[in-house]
Amino acid sequence: MRVLRSFALFWWDFIVGDDWRVAAGIACALALTAVLTHQGLSAWWLLPLAVAVLLGRSLQRAARQSA
Amino acid sequence: MSDVFLFLGAFLASAVEMVEALTIVLAVGVTRGWRSPLIGVAAATVALVSIIAALGPALQHLPIDVLRLVVGALLLCFGLQWLRKAILRSSGYKPLHDEEEAFRAERAEAAAAGREERLGMDWYGFTISFKGVLLEGLEVAFIVITFGSTQGRLGLAAAAAGAALVLVAVVGVLVHAPLARVPENTIKFAVGLLLTTFGTFWAAEGAGVSWPGDELALLGLLGFLAALALLLVRLLRRERLVLQTGEA
Repeated sequence: MRVLRSFALFWWDFIVGDDWRVAAGIACALALTAVLTHQGLSAWWLLPLAVAVLLGRSLQRAARQSA
Repeated sequence: MSDVFLFLGAFLASAVEMVEALTIVLAVGVTRGWRSPLIGVAAATVALVSIIAALGPALQHLPIDVLRLVVGALLLCFGLQWLRKAILRSSGYKPLHDEEEAFRAERAEAAAAGREERLGMDWYGFTISFKGVLLEGLEVAFIVITFGSTQGRLGLAAAAAGAALVLVAVVGVLVHAPLARVPENTIKFAVGLLLTTFGTFWAAEGAGVSWPGDELALLGLLGFLAALALLLVRLLRRERLVLQTGEA
């Protein structure tokens, strides 16, 4: 059990890292992109915009924590 | 064009991870002798090559849209971690990675560790270099597999990583010291940008997006993300300066 937990924690840290909100935001942005695209709308702009917002907010949080 | 970016991304990411692995192996080798650390390096290399050889071709059997969505999303999260750290380092919120300092710390630990013989090897020398190469190499393996399988160019991505391995190994043997002059922090910034660019491009394609200009959109995305990252560095530096002035 401990080995499984360590394995899961390793991959969580490897992929998600210090700020889980970024990964969750990316998942939401991708889901919304898929919905818009399947309704025939052009949604190429959504993911870059989400990246900009999520990265900015995450850095702001990190800066506040270390200040 | 995407082949050039793919090669560059895999090469730079591999080079920078291998410089870190080289520091660990050198510190252990110089302090405790070379035999066991080199066996550790060989064992970790075999493990990494096996992971790439097993997972890379297996992923290529998945439908391309599913592959791009899943792999693109993973690559995007992974790339954003690199970029986030690089921005925090550039703006002074996180200390810059210092290879000479890492070498000194590894050497001190290697000198202080007790000697235990297992399977005819110095077990500390073997395990530290095995773990060091495996953990640094896992990031390389991840990048090679994701870049290679999504673009259908696993061979090219593996060749880029191989070229970086040979280059770092040759320079490491010649210099016989940690490669402190390699501009690691700048390279990590560039790799973070490339991983995030490819991750955004593929994940959106997997979700059904048609990019304006097709592959040319990669250039636009790279330019957008580079401008964004530089802007964030400036903003964070200014905020830090304001905080420091307020404290003084």
